[in-house]
Amino acid sequence: MKTAFYPGCVAKGGAPELYRSVRLVSEPLGITPVELMDAACTGAGVLTERNPLLADAINARTFAMAERSGLPIMTICSTCTGTMLECNLRLQDPAYRGRVNELLAPEGLEYRGTTEIRHLLWILVEEIGLERLGALVRRPLQGLRVAPFYGCYIVRPSNRVSADHPDRDHYLEAVIACLGATAVEYEGARKCCGFPITTMNRTNALRMTGKHVAEAKDQGADVMVTPCPLCHLELDGQQSEASGVLGRPLGLPVLHLPQLLGLALGFSAEQLGLRSHLVHVGDLVGK
Amino acid sequence: MDVPDYGTVLDALLAIREGVDETLTLRCSCRSHICGSCVMKINHRSALACKTKLQAAQERAGSGHPIVVQPAGNMPVIKDLVVDLEGLWSKVRAVDPYLQPTGPVPEREYIVSNEAMLNVREATACILCGACMSECTVLEVDDRFLGPAPLAKAWRFTEDPRDGADRARLEALSQPGGVWDCTHCFQCVEVCPKDVRPMDRILELRRRAMAEGFTDNNGSRHSQAFVDSIGSTGWLDETRVAMRSTAGLRELRGWVGVGWRSFVRGKVPLRHRPIPGAMHVRAIFQRAAANDPPRQVRRREQ
Ligand code: FES
Repeated sequence: MKTAFYPGCVAKGGAPELYRSVRLVSEPLGITPVELMDAACTGAGVLTERNPLLADAINARTFAMAERSGLPIMTICSTCTGTMLECNLRLQDPAYRGRVNELLAPEGLEYRGTTEIRHLLWILVEEIGLERLGALVRRPLQGLRVAPFYGCYIVRPSNRVSADHPDRDHYLEAVIACLGATAVEYEGARKCCGFPITTMNRTNALRMTGKHVAEAKDQGADVMVTPCPLCHLELDGQQSEASGVLGRPLGLPVLHLPQLLGLALGFSAEQLGLRSHLVHVGDLVGK
Repeated sequence: MDVPDYGTVLDALLAIREGVDETLTLRCSCRSHICGSCVMKINHRSALACKTKLQAAQERAGSGHPIVVQPAGNMPVIKDLVVDLEGLWSKVRAVDPYLQPTGPVPEREYIVSNEAMLNVREATACILCGACMSECTVLEVDDRFLGPAPLAKAWRFTEDPRDGADRARLEALSQPGGVWDCTHCFQCVEVCPKDVRPMDRILELRRRAMAEGFTDNNGSRHSQAFVDSIGSTGWLDETRVAMRSTAGLRELRGWVGVGWRSFVRGKVPLRHRPIPGAMHVRAIFQRAAANDPPRQVRRREQ
């Protein structure tokens, strides 16, 4: 399937390994990602908080570009997804959309309200299907215990995110099982990683990070996987600080969803950039 | 037990108390989701027991699985399903939950427009049940955070046209433990039985506090740096935003370790190139700002 690919700022900035992994796994998955090269940041909720009209206009600009190509948007970030869904919902009101379109007009863009937004995780389950995904697995991740970490925006508010697909808050577990691994159940899988307040109240952010990672470890996880690069920045990037705040060693590797996919599809740790994480990733496929 | 399918979790618990274990301790009063007494965790999610149908709870638990009932979270358990709500009360008291009008006292009642009160109506629907406090991811790690219900209550007064203490309120709410400690996780929005949407109120309080000039905090700095970054290059310059969000060199020192380790692994982009259409994004920023005057300006016009 062809998609208008929206990588988001982190995949283009601080997490190049995520961008690379998505590019790698797209081909075997049968996804053709046509990158929206000129799209702006969604504002990640911060822009909406400051000025909803502005956030809606900036996102409508992206939606209009995708609409022009007739493709659904594929995201690889929980926060991008949730922010876009929220703006897109407001943009369904024709009168309001008209107001927003006035802001886009000088660039020659107009949004008609038809663009769909789909996270890669949703595409895996809803478009490709678990059966087909299972058949694509070259290297089943047998014996690997994986703790899913969703990221708030991809599960809440449920009436916005999963009204038509009530199981979306269990997709990660389903994909993990489909790749041959075992999903670890623990309390924090759908909670906040702490990232949004990392500069406002770092101690609290680290307490959250530490709590989730420790719980996952206590349940026997070998690795954590997340569809959100912002969660990754926190869970991987700040894990050693979190371990200090918590007063116990952690050391749980955190993978981006496309990296876990990539391992099962037969790509190597080097290709997937597993060595670029701050928490050392050992040999996962040898498990 | 003799509880019909259309009964509620509360009905079932009361039947247990009547017929199985008379020591089972829980709170309830109205049984019609008005009083807010019966909040608890049902299948690991905070809810009013009298508003949760048994059948729905069973569906959520999965057939063959028991419905799990636990006391509300983030509050000390007194016995069984009864928790100590003092934390909630004291935080509600801390936001001065009463009108503080200024100007001469009218001869009769204060007259307000319908629209002005419609705006606060949703937030006044709060029954202080504590579901949001029970589910708050910040309260889980820090008891000093005011929390969703008290902040929604504070919002309600800052929006009330009869109240004259907006600035004092917003200044107080900009302190640590206030609006900038919310993680934006939607848990309170998700579980509120009255659709108060506490998180949305918190975000609006942030906007208003900034507009009133209470910006000497990391939250405001982060917000401004974030908006500036998109407004100038079209996307996020993470490094710059992180640097501009901290209060100064001393605080920045705490970030050196992460910064260095990220840099070594090629995670700190050395250049931040604007997106091709950055000029269009800038233009939208200018036009949207002109179209959407800051809130306090609108209020004065009323
Ligand atoms: S008993 Fe009053 S709200 Fe449930």
